[in-house]
Formats: sequence, structure tokens, C-alpha cells
Amino acid sequence: MTFLADRQAAGVAPVEGGVGDSPNRPDGPAKTQGRFAFASDLNIEGMLWGTTLRSPHPHARITGVDVGPALAIDGVACAVTGAELAARPTYGLISADQPVLAVDVVRYVGEPVVLVAADHPDTARRAAEAILVEYELLALLVDPADARDPTTPAIHPDGNVVRRIEILHGDPDATGDVVVEGTYEVGTQDQAFLGPEAGLAIPDGEGGVDLWVATQWLHSDRDQVAECLGLPPQAVRLHLGGVGGAFGAREDLSLHVHACLLALRTGRPVKMSYPRDESFVGHVHRHPARMRYRHHATAEGDLVKVEADILLDGGAYASSSAAVVSNAARFAAGPYRVPHAVIEAVVVRTNNPPCGAMRGFGAVQVCFAHEAQMDRLAARLGLDPVELRLRNALTSGDVLPTGQRISGTAPVRECIEAAIAHPLPALPPPESRMPPGEADWLEWPGGVGRTADPADVRRGVGLAVGYKNLLFSEGFEESSEATVLLADGVATVTCAAAEVGQGFVTLVGQIARTVLGCEQTVLLPADTTAGSAGSTSASRQTWMSGGAVLEACHEIADQVRKGWAGAGEVGVDVSVAVAAGSSAFEATAVYRPPAATRRLDAKGQGDADVSFVFAAHRAVVDVDVELGLVRVVQVTTGQDVGRVLHPTQVLGQIEGGIAQGVGLAVMEELVVQDGVIRNPSFTDYLIPTVADSPDVLATCIEQPEPGAPLGAKGVGEPPTISSTAAVAAAIRNATGVEVTRVPVRPWDLV
Amino acid sequence: MSGHAFELVVNGERRVVPGDALPTESLLYVLRERLGLPGSKNACEQGECGSCSVLVDGVLVCSCLELAAATQGRDIVTVEASQRFADVQAAMVEAGGVQCGFCTPGFVVAIQSLLDRDPAPTPLAVREALAGNLCRCTGYGRIVAAIEAVVGRSPRSEEAMS
Amino acid sequence: MTVVSPTRLDEALAAVAVDPSLAVIAGGTDLMVALNAGRERPAGLLSLRRVDELRGWRRDGDDLVIGAGVTYAELLDPALAELAPGLAQAARTVGSPQIRNTGTLGGNLATASPAGDTLPMLAALDARIEVAAVSDRRVVPIDSFLTGPKRTALRPGELVVSVRIPVADGPQEYLKIGVRNAMVIAVASCALVVCWSRRRVACACGSVGPTPVRNRQAEGWLIGEVDWDARRLRSRAAAERFGRSLARTSRPIDDHRAPAAYRREAVRVLVTRALNRAFP
Repeated sequence: MTFLADRQAAGVAPVEGGVGDSPNRPDGPAKTQGRFAFASDLNIEGMLWGTTLRSPHPHARITGVDVGPALAIDGVACAVTGAELAARPTYGLISADQPVLAVDVVRYVGEPVVLVAADHPDTARRAAEAILVEYELLALLVDPADARDPTTPAIHPDGNVVRRIEILHGDPDATGDVVVEGTYEVGTQDQAFLGPEAGLAIPDGEGGVDLWVATQWLHSDRDQVAECLGLPPQAVRLHLGGVGGAFGAREDLSLHVHACLLALRTGRPVKMSYPRDESFVGHVHRHPARMRYRHHATAEGDLVKVEADILLDGGAYASSSAAVVSNAARFAAGPYRVPHAVIEAVVVRTNNPPCGAMRGFGAVQVCFAHEAQMDRLAARLGLDPVELRLRNALTSGDVLPTGQRISGTAPVRECIEAAIAHPLPALPPPESRMPPGEADWLEWPGGVGRTADPADVRRGVGLAVGYKNLLFSEGFEESSEATVLLADGVATVTCAAAEVGQGFVTLVGQIARTVLGCEQTVLLPADTTAGSAGSTSASRQTWMSGGAVLEACHEIADQVRKGWAGAGEVGVDVSVAVAAGSSAFEATAVYRPPAATRRLDAKGQGDADVSFVFAAHRAVVDVDVELGLVRVVQVTTGQDVGRVLHPTQVLGQIEGGIAQGVGLAVMEELVVQDGVIRNPSFTDYLIPTVADSPDVLATCIEQPEPGAPLGAKGVGEPPTISSTAAVAAAIRNATGVEVTRVPVRPWDLV
Repeated sequence: MSGHAFELVVNGERRVVPGDALPTESLLYVLRERLGLPGSKNACEQGECGSCSVLVDGVLVCSCLELAAATQGRDIVTVEASQRFADVQAAMVEAGGVQCGFCTPGFVVAIQSLLDRDPAPTPLAVREALAGNLCRCTGYGRIVAAIEAVVGRSPRSEEAMS
Repeated sequence: MTVVSPTRLDEALAAVAVDPSLAVIAGGTDLMVALNAGRERPAGLLSLRRVDELRGWRRDGDDLVIGAGVTYAELLDPALAELAPGLAQAARTVGSPQIRNTGTLGGNLATASPAGDTLPMLAALDARIEVAAVSDRRVVPIDSFLTGPKRTALRPGELVVSVRIPVADGPQEYLKIGVRNAMVIAVASCALVVCWSRRRVACACGSVGPTPVRNRQAEGWLIGEVDWDARRLRSRAAAERFGRSLARTSRPIDDHRAPAAYRREAVRVLVTRALNRAFP
């Protein structure tokens, strides 16, 4: 199951720089030289700086707003309150339940209340601080269990339950010889992208506006912005500003409407760029989850039934919660054959910070729970945890708890076997090593804090497996458009797919090189003049937008061949024709997935997904059992990738995703108390540094996915799904502690 | 000092910071907003991420923690310095160490600073030297591979993935 | 707003004498965070960056005199680290290389955070802090200098000039717990200093009280448990008992970083381990 090396050995080398090779990313040099323009780098003469005054209270009525003191400050251009927006605009990814600016009530700490534009960011901030807002505090709803209770007063006209999903599969009364139960929790993870929210809005002088913004989906943003501004879509043009990471946090609007409002009000360009603490409240987070599970199995180890009750806290506004909870429900049982299932998953509204999309999208939370359950079951049955999983692993053709049959590939067994085939770490286990010398502390839990005593360090190993969907689900509109213009041997591609770091920009060139033999590809800046490419999420862009580019290139190749066939040449090598040709060709393709998807019915049944993707992770940890400090030594993976299109970029996604999974396992949590985030900074929201990162060894399982344009499955999310669970399992193995919650903190282990 | 223009030496050039600059502006702010050098990044402005790393008199610092006015008379080098970081920059691209790129300038400067002091650092020394630079996209694997390529060790990507 | 950037100490002292409300900035790793966020808007700033008299260190007999302007990176310089290994160990745990290149010993003292990394080691070293005003110099023992969380005995118009500690004469250990391997604020820490010639042991714990926590009575007891000629503890149990003493003496709080109970237990473990290393 290798990629490049195997193909080369077999004499099937990819076209240099084409699909299957690892050409340099085209924006690499600019990024390394500091010349790449991120949204926060954009600057224009005469621009103002915008800032947002936000609610300090999790639930309160606004009883008065006085912007006078702000307007009195030299350099302040304007202030905008919610009450001034006659249409009381609201927005949202699924339902438009979130006000652009709060008017009567605020529902979470950080909810935007007033906007200010000024000539210097510090002036704007001072002005915002000077604004007087009077609040009347309201009762807090911060426990999701209370929000689930129908007698609890609603904190929003749409009610406190955003969505409830029930999945009833097989016989609800079925039981097994053996039953294991467990209750699990996942804390609130943050996407913590490095590039803060930023945008530059420029009014066009005719009532319209251009907005450069870092985002995951230009067209969805544009539609919501236009709606909120009361403008026709063509009067609002969005351009992709360089994106400094996304991971789901840029699917919702943040400063988009705000910057445009200030720009239209002042008639001047307005830039907004959130400082880090504002960024933490300025975007949605991963849903924290409470999950109760019951697994039934035969004495031999065949799964009989999975029962699950899953409660997600969606925070104050709905965002994409309805889709996240559906994912949690659909993948709650894990990548195993489960003849019977009773699953209830609910996402509720509270006065906690809003939650929405984060890489893994509901599958991460349930994976932690179902893998903990599988280990409990293995222990109860006296079976090896690997054997239990292999015995029950899904394969192609199996039926899922939603009644959907897996029509594509499902190499779960191969993923598991690949993950465990990698040799255990070269770093010897603690008991066989000398006490640390001053140079060696980083190899021990506790690092350069010099805390470790080798006699108290234990090594543990754990395995976990997970899966989720690729592409959008439950009938959500799914398409992507690309245009390719071929002239003088250069392919110019227009596609609105948001590059957020994943390397779509590289893939475009690879496709053009492979299909058309173009040495040079130009990818035009993404904006809303092109057709929608959908969101950079759901691990879908390679499939959807790569598919659109591929189709357009094939269309051009056909045109080229026909052109030469017309001239009497048949069977022409397109790349030769392209190199020699002087005509221009153009094609636009709108790619749609090979199968339609349907909304789940009242019993949670339906073909809700196009395709599924699987991965297994094995983690090795060293734990100082007296202090509870953990070092993640190694994580290996077998990942179902369909086909490796760019080995280095695939490895980059795997390593990056595993780092985020490790973070959720041992250090990342937004600490929310009474609706307030206690740690909105990189000082106290800790993400892994290079000193915390394990060695990663990856095997890509290549079983081309039928129906995927390049046979390739998306690779962005699988690394995050079971890596957390694997680290948790390894910690259990090292310490004997149950570990029913992530992130695991030192005091959970001692 | 307030209200007066002052001069900084940036990438070998004398640059004037206008007199309306606030005295509390950081070097990062001045570089980005007044001197047209947005290569250094503003991911946190708290000294917790390293994305704003520059060299001041050859020493690696966070420019967000440097008072701009206090860097007068010192030699400031940013990621935009032509050719100063060329080997590291090329290696980062080649090895796949760049994804979104927001952390990249800070890493380029920090890596070069390490190699200036220690041309053949051990793997642990590399980790310790770069622990002040956060990356959210790469998981650091390809960044470390880039450094190993510059140092002359074999890049590990063939070993890391099969 | 004015920024004063003198090159001489007497100019700096004169500036704060005239205006004690000047915000003092040396490395800036604490103050700049507040300035960037707009949380502090001082009427004036005094930068000590160019005052060379605050830089550098010298040996004075059995003492080391380290300038307030010496950075954490400079504390890691092998020549100085050899004479003050415990301070070097502490300095290595601070922040990041960028922070260590900029932040200063004097800054760590003047900020006086309960989690300041050099402070427990300075406490265990019985450091004496030299403080100056325009017309006065005085030496303040560290126990008197740190008066509470983020509070010091500095009077208006005074600046920290240097720190005086004994040259190492025996093992020194600094152990610090953080949830991550770098750039992390101490959840609990322990500084242990053994002096062979004076037959003394001192242990101070950080992040478990408003200022570093010592138990001199327990230290006195421990000194009696050491076979000074053989340089060994008479029993392993003595190390454990001392660890429990420090744990009981600690006054940790619950906060978003860690619960008090964990911190207290961590002190016990850290102190015991530090002793077992110093007396293997």
C-alpha cells in the first residue's frame, strides 16, 4: 500500500509535477518571504479601522446605549448600533437566528453590540470602551441538561433545542450476552488558527461594497452579507483575502457584515482585524459533549447493539449545530457492524459561547466515547482490543445504523493493520533509560521543567478507529464550479474554492499538468464573480473542486483532440498538442457528486451521505504517574485516502490533524464558567508546540473510491477523529486510570 | 520622544517613522502599518506564538514585545530581508513546511537564528529552539524536515509515510 | 505621552524621582502585552534598555552580582550558569527563546508574579536585591522584597539595580510543572539549594502562594538529617517527610490553570524528587 515509491518501482511514474507527485506549492515562496497577503495584511490609503463592542454578560437585556462619548473622541468616524439597523438583520449557516448586532438582548459573552470606525485601531478601541451600554441581567442557562428540559424557559424565539435526532436501527429490544456502559465527556476545543479574523471592506460609491476577507466559503458569506445589508447579491462582491488557517472557524460570518456596514456608513474603506482575545470570542468552537453509551455484544465478541445518548452544547446561536448533531448521531457507533442501534443525539441552545464547525464535525466527540466503550468491552470479554475491532470492522457493502449501505471503499481492517504494523518508537521505554541529562529532558514527560523521575514513568499504547462522511450530507446543496482557459500552453483556472492552507492551489496545477501537459498554471484570485465552489470543509474540495477542474480540463482536452482530429491527426497526445497549439480553449464545469443525499427520517434512516472515510491511530505515551504529566511519544496511522494525489501535502494534513487530536487529548480546552471563557489567549489556551509533538508514521491505504473524480478521498478530517481517542487509550494503558473525559489534565491521573 | 519622527534601521535601510506614531506602538505595529513591511505577523501580540519574530542586533525577539521607539539605533532584520534567509525559505517550500503560511515568517527567522548560532543542532536542540513558534496547520513534521534538509541530514518524509 | 530612554542609571533614577508614575520597561515582555491590548495607558514610559550599568554580572568573592538587566538567555550563558546553575535551570523554563532573549531578571522581580520562574530559586538562594533611588541605595532581602502577588517593597522612585546571590557550592535543582512542554506558566515549582561549606539546605516553592513558600523550621530539621561528611541523607524517609512539610506549608489556590489540591500534592512530589537528586 505505498504510493510514489511503488509506482516508480513499477515504472508508472506520475507526470512530473502532476497528480501523484509532490510539486512545490505555488504560493510557497511568497509565504516564506513575507510577501503573501493575508487578509490582516491588506491596506489601502484612507482606510479606517473598525472595532466591535461586545457584551460582557452571557444573558442580559439591553436597556440603553449611548455612543456619544465615543463620537466625542478625536479620530472617530462613526458608531453603529443594532437599533439603527431598521431591518434587524440576522444571519446563520442553516437558520438565520443570529443578529448582526444585538438589539434587545444579548445571549453570550462576546455578542457584538456596537461597531466603531476610527483612524487608528487604538482610537477605535478607546472609543468602544467609552460607549455606555446599560444591561439588565437575565437568568443564565449554562447547563445543557437544563436546556434539554422542555420546562426551561427558552432563551431564543427558536427554542432551546436546536435539533434532536433519533436513530432506530434493527430491534430496539435486542440485547447481548455482555453489556458495558460508560459516560464520557469532551471539553470545548477551539480551532485556534494563527491568522486572526480580518477583512477590508471598500464601498464602491454606488451603494455596493467589495469585501476582502479570510473565509471558507465566499458565496455563502456573500449571500448572507447581501441579505443583511438589504442589497442585491451583485452589489456585494467578496474576494478571498489570504487565509491563515480555518479548521471550521471561518464557516460562519464574523466581521463580514460589520466591516461592510462601517464602510457604507462612512463612505471609506474599513479594515477590521481581531486581536487574539477577541478572536477567541469571535468565532464558533467545537461542541462540548456529554455521552452515555451502552454496548451489547455476544460472548464471542460480535457487537449486537449500541445505545447512545449524546448531548451537545451548541451555545447561544445555531450555526451549523443541526448538521454537527446529525454527524454525531450517524457516526456514534463507530466503524463497526452494528445490527441494532438506539441513538439519540440532541444539540441545545445555552448562554455559553456559540459552537459550530470544527474539523471532524461531531465525529470526534463520539469517537472518543465509542472507542472507550470498545476497550471496556474488550476487557470485559477478555479479548484483545485489536481483535475485537477487526472482528467487527465495517467493510464495503455493509449497512450502517442509518440503513445506508456503504457503496464505496471501507478499508477499516487495512487501516487498523497498517497503524499497528509500524514499529514501536525508537525511543526506548522509560525503565530502560538512564536518568535524564540536561540535554535530554525533552524526551521525558515534563520536558525542560525537569520534573521526571524515570522510576515513576510508565509507557502505554492505545488504538482507536473512527470514520465520518466526506462531502455535505442530508441533501445539503453540493456543487463546485471551475473554469479553465488554455492559451499558449498556459492553463488559467478560475475557481472560488477557498485555499486555507490545505494545498488546493497546488492540486489545480497538478491536474492541469497531468491532463493537459501544461507546464504553467495560473490560478486566479478567488472571488464571487466565479460560480460557487462550496465550502472548504467536510474534506470535500479535492473531490468537488478538484473534480470541477478535472472535468473542465477533460473538456478542453476533448476540444483540443477534436481540433487536431479535424486537421487529420488522430490519437494525438494532448500535451504535445497543447504545447504546439496557438488556439485558446475554454471550458467551465459544474461538478456535482455522483449520488444524491437525503435527510434522515424520523427514525434516523436515509442515505444521508455520498461517501465515507476511515482512519485508525495508534498512540504511545509516557506518563509520569506521580504528577500526571504526559508525553505523547509516537502516533501511527493507517488512513483511507483512496488515492494519494500529493504525498507531501497528504502527510502534512495527517501530521497537522494528529497534532490537533493530541491537543484535544492532553491540553486544549476552553474553560467556560458561567458563560465566560476564562482562557481566551495563547497563554492559557495551550496548543501543542514542536516540543509537544509526537513522531508521526503514516500509511496511506489506497483503494480508489469509485465515483470520486480522481479516486481520492478527502484527507483533512480523518487525522483528527480517532487520534484523540488513541492517546486517551494509551494513557489508560499506562496508568490504569479510566479516563472518561478529554482533555486529560494531570490532576485527572493522580 | 513623543510627537517626533524617528529613524529605524530595517533590513539595512534607514526608515523614518512619522511623528504621529503613538509612543506605545510596538515594533510589529510600526513595521506592518507604518513601514509597509507586513511580513511579520500579528497572531497574538502577546509574545506567545512567535509569528512576529525578527532579529534585533542579531538576536531573535518577538517584535510585538519591542517598543518601536526603543529599537532606534539597533539593527533590525525582518523576513523581508532579501537573501538573508534564502536557504531556509527554499527548504521550507521544498519540504512541505508551509500550509496556510501565517506562522511561516516567524519560523523562517527563528530557524535561521538557530542555524546562525548552531549550524548542526541536535533534534532536541531544534525542538527547544523552535518551541516559541506555534503552528496550527502542519504539526511541525515538515518544518523539522526542512531544517534537517538545510543541516544536511536526510529528509524524513520517505521514512514518515508509506 | 512621553518616553524617556536614558543611557545612564543616574538619569533613569532622576526621571522616576521627578515622575514616580512612569511605567518602567526593561525587556518589556510583561508591559508590552498590556500596552498592545490597551489595558494600560501610562502617561509616561521609562525604558531601561540602554542603561549599561544594569547589564552584565560579576563575581565578588563568594557572591555573584547580576545586573537587573541581565536576560534569561544570558543566565543560560555557560560561564554564568556554572556559577548559578539553579538560576540557569529556571531561566531555561521561561517562555520561549524569543522571550528569554528579552525578558530580564529585574523584570521578573519587579513584576513579582506568584508564578515568576526565577523567584523561588532566588528565595532559596537568599538573594539580596539591590535597589536604588536618586539619593539612596539599599539592599532588600528577597523575603522582604516580594510582599504579595504582584507586589514588591519598591518605593516610588526606586529601581531594581542588581541581585546578589552566593556562588553555587553544592547541588541546585529547579523543577517546574506546566501542562505543556514549553511557553507555559508554572502550575507548581520547586527550587532547592544545597550549600556544602555552610551546611545549609533551602527549598522554596512557586505558584503555591502569593510569594515563594519556604519552611525554615523544616529546613532546620532537614539539615540535621544530612550526613554532611558523606553528603548523604540519613534516610530516604527524610526526603519524603520534607516533601510533605512543604506541601502542608503551601497555600495554593484553585484557578483556571489547576486545582489547589493538585498543586499541593505536586509540591510534595517535586520537593522529594529534588532532594533525591541532590542527595542520590
